[in-house]
Parts: sequence; structure tokens; C-alpha cells
Amino acid sequence: MTLALAEVRGAVDLLVVGAGPSGMAASLEARARGLDTLLVDENEALGGQIYRAIGRSPVSDRGVLGADYWAGEALAREVEAREVPRLQGGTVWTVERPTMEGEPFAVGLSARGSARMVASRAVFLATGAIERPFSIPGWTLPGVMSAGAAQTALKASGLVPDGPVILAGCGPLLYLLAWQYRNAGVRLEALLDTAPRANWRSALPHAPAFLASRYARKGAKLLLDVARSTRVTRGVTALRAEGEGRLRAVAFRHGGAERRIEAGLLLLHQGVVPGVNLSLACGLDHDWNERQLCFRPVLDRFGEGSVPGVFVTGDGGAIGGADAAPFSGRLAALGAAHRLGRLGAEERDAAALPFEAGLRRAGRGRAFLDLLYLPSEADRIPPDDETIVCRCEEVTAGRIRRAVALGATGPNGVKSFERCGMGPCQGRMCALTVTEVIAQARGLSPTAIGHLRIRPPIKPITLAELASMPKSDEALRAVVRE
Amino acid sequence: MFRRLHEVAGDALVRFTVDGRPATARLGDSVAAALLAEGVLAQRLSPVSGSPRAPYCLMGVCFECLVTVDGVGNRQGCLVAVAEGMAVTTGHGRRALAMEAP
Repeated sequence: MTLALAEVRGAVDLLVVGAGPSGMAASLEARARGLDTLLVDENEALGGQIYRAIGRSPVSDRGVLGADYWAGEALAREVEAREVPRLQGGTVWTVERPTMEGEPFAVGLSARGSARMVASRAVFLATGAIERPFSIPGWTLPGVMSAGAAQTALKASGLVPDGPVILAGCGPLLYLLAWQYRNAGVRLEALLDTAPRANWRSALPHAPAFLASRYARKGAKLLLDVARSTRVTRGVTALRAEGEGRLRAVAFRHGGAERRIEAGLLLLHQGVVPGVNLSLACGLDHDWNERQLCFRPVLDRFGEGSVPGVFVTGDGGAIGGADAAPFSGRLAALGAAHRLGRLGAEERDAAALPFEAGLRRAGRGRAFLDLLYLPSEADRIPPDDETIVCRCEEVTAGRIRRAVALGATGPNGVKSFERCGMGPCQGRMCALTVTEVIAQARGLSPTAIGHLRIRPPIKPITLAELASMPKSDEALRAVVRE
Repeated sequence: MFRRLHEVAGDALVRFTVDGRPATARLGDSVAAALLAEGVLAQRLSPVSGSPRAPYCLMGVCFECLVTVDGVGNRQGCLVAVAEGMAVTTGHGRRALAMEAP
């Protein structure tokens, strides 16, 4: 049942951050195992991103969004039917580790202008993925958006482009959007595919597993439908958004020639990566994954991280897609139930078997997709010094390279020089690019460079909210001089 | 820029204001999406250069959609549900300190 912030209990067994597929499944499994659970999501409805507005989408024709979207309905309905306690429109801005073992975490919640701390013995970070940053010249122009944004506008508000629109980049989501637009009768000026042709070579060995998976049949039909209705240009490089004050045209290189197409809307996408800001702020260890070219939290087989009691589920742990996410959430619920003494190790391991099998099935074919759609180095690391990398602080690739030349060795050093990462997005739009630019400039692996340091609050909170929260005498004495 | 697939009618219609002008939205729209549907693309100015910025991600990650809602500034429009009578103001960029304001 949906709660107001004031109605939320002061202490729970488990707090799940994020009501996408992994968070929803995790909450259901955790409650089934007897854990007192609270599900929190910053949006007003269940579904996360992939199932955005499920159950309330204005897009009435089910053929437009496709069966994979509507598959989320069952999970959302079950969360509602089983009256899982949830806080909608609630942000988690901090997860404080206990000072003594056995003590609970203190989770900072903010909703509708009020904030409070809730104690939780375990915390699931089910915050999912974000789109990989795609820094091209002119990407800060009004009229340039991510493909995911356009998809959200479609699902949640039934909005479609009105005027010349170009889709550019690579990855399944780009083609899914093109297919959904085709179903809705929206014409595209072009779909510019930037996936390097050479990707086929590294992806091919994984093709058999892909062909045997459900992704193959689904994907083939989708690609065919898109190819029939849209001009698809492959092997595109050097994308640029042009215009003064807003987008007027998209320029690119193809087949050795420079081309330009007029458009008022450019939708960019080059894959999704785990959103790691909350997991980093929690103090979890992360490593760099060479195949997916992103940072990921280090997790055990139940999704527990290096901080005991903190689990990461779904795409926030590793990109596995919507099919894998519920299994990941349920495994974490088993792990947490065991950690909190509600489930013996043997019972936990036996219960885990079908979920682990589900994860394996959902994982079949993903290696092929990961490798086929890996963005080129030039698309991840802008070669043009004038390209903005940090949108918030308008820091260009050239300034980052200059900071490295002056002695900055990593993202935090570059931040001190140039402020990149200090804006409101807290590195969500730039951290990956910054790390890769530095890695390339220094001739080192991103593993050696590391990620921008992320500290709470990881989402905005007003001074009034902070001031109105109860404070201990100890905390007061620490700052107020008598 | 964006158009609606289905007309908004009856109970689903929400009346609000954008920079003092009357506007309409659909119940369930985020403020950011409602503004886009009303043809308002650029919703703030970059505090660094003053250049116009429009929502980029619509999921709370990019912080480009910052607008003032009912007097409270720096709200992520994509995370605020539009409501009847809501007053949204746009175009905010670098803030002036009181002593600097003209």
C-alpha cells in the first residue's frame, strides 16, 4: 500500500530502493520470506524505467509499445495486490553505515518537502541502469535528447516527435524505439547506426548462443520491421549536432563523405550502464568491466556487496535486462533473509536454484549483444577537444586532457582543476567519459584510473529538510559552540 | 517538437501555468513532459554560459529539466507530477546574490 513519508515505520528489516523489475520482485520475495519490507521509488508509480507508467500509460494500442513492455504488468499488479508497503515520489539521498556491527543502516528519505531517516537492517539498491553518456559536439543543444527520454515520453505521456527526427547511435534500445515509432506511425528522417563494423568479428563466436536465445527471434523481426520502414545508415562516425540556441541539423561521416541532415530532434543512444552513484556512496567496492566497458559493484552470487547488508539487484549490478532483473531481486531477498536469520543456508541455497537457472537463461545471448553493440572508442572518448564532456559545468574534453597534462592523475584530481563532476548530476552524465578520457591520455586502463568519488546526498535535499530532522545531542555539540 | 498520440479530455485534463501563461497537460505527465508537449523546449539556462538547456534524459539523471514549481526552485521537472493549478517558471540560470542584483 502507498504510504506518506510520515506513515513510514521508523525501522524495517529491508528497504528496497527502486521499483523497477528487480525491486518489485525483491520486495515480493522478501515479504514472502517474512521480512518487514519498504519499497521506495522517486517516481509516482511502479515500473522503473523499462516498465514506466505500466498500468497507466496513455498509449492504448498495445501493439505500439510491444509485448515486452506489457510483460511488466503482472509484476506491478502483484505488488499492488499483496499491498507491499511503498513510498512513491520518495528519494533516497543517503544510506549511512552503522557505526557498530549488528546495528541497522540509517537511510535518508525525502518526499514532498520533508525528510526523515529510517532504520533498515538490509538495503537493496535496485536503482537500475542509466544510458551511457554520448558526448558529441553540440549535444547540449535543445533538441538533442536521449533515446530513452523519448521512449519515456512515449510510454508515460503518449508523446511522439512532431517534425524531422533522427535516431543515432547503437544498441537494442535504439532499434526498439524506432520500431515503436513505426508502430505509432511516426516517420524518421534517418536512423544513423554508429556500431563499428568490426564488432561483428568479436561478436561472432557468441552468435550460436544468441541464435538459440529468445533475443534472436524477437530481434530479427524487430530489425526487419525497422529496415522496411526507415532509412538505416550503418557505419556512421563523427556525429555532430549543429545549430545556434537549438538543434537545426545533424552532421556525420559515412562512406568517406561528410553528410548533413536537417532535423529539429536528435535522439542519441549508445547502450546502458549500471547507475553506480548510490552504490559508490554506500562505500561498495566497484571494478571496471572490460567487456561492457563500465564500472560495476563487486557482488557475490546473491548480489551482496562489499558492505554486508547492502545488495545491488538488477541492472545496477550488471546489465542483464528486464528478463534477468526479477531473478536477481529474488536471489537478493534470499540472501538478505539468510543474513537476517530468517532462512538457513541450506534452505536458501535450495530456494536459489530456480532463480539462478532463470538468470542463466536470461543471460544466454547477451554476450553477443554486448559485443555487437559496443560503442567505438571515438564515440566514448570525444576526439574533438571542443566537445563538452561535463554538461553541468561545461568542461570540454580538451580541458580534461589539459588538466592531465598539468598533473591531475584521476577524476577527482581533474575535478579539483576543472570542476567536472561538481554539478547537480554528480557525474551521472560525465563520469564514465571523464575516466576514459583520462585513461586514454595516461595510457592506462580505466581500472587504474578509477571513478569519481561520490558522496551523499546523492539526490538534492533542501536545507530546510535537513534542519527539520531530529538531531542527537552529540551531533549538536559537534557543531554548536556553547 | 512533440505531439500527443491521443487527445487529452475530461478528467485527464490538468490546467496549470507556465511563466504565468495558462497551459494544459495530461494527468500523469511529469512537469518536464508537460512543458515539452506545450512546445516549451529550453527550460533553463546554463549557470556557466547562460546557454539554453532542455531536458535530456527525462528520468532524473541529467538535471537539465530544473524549473521552479510553486515557488520552490531547482525541482527536477521530470520527477514532479503536474497538478491542477501548479505554477511553473522556467529559464532560471545563474543566481545573483542579493547585493549583486540590479
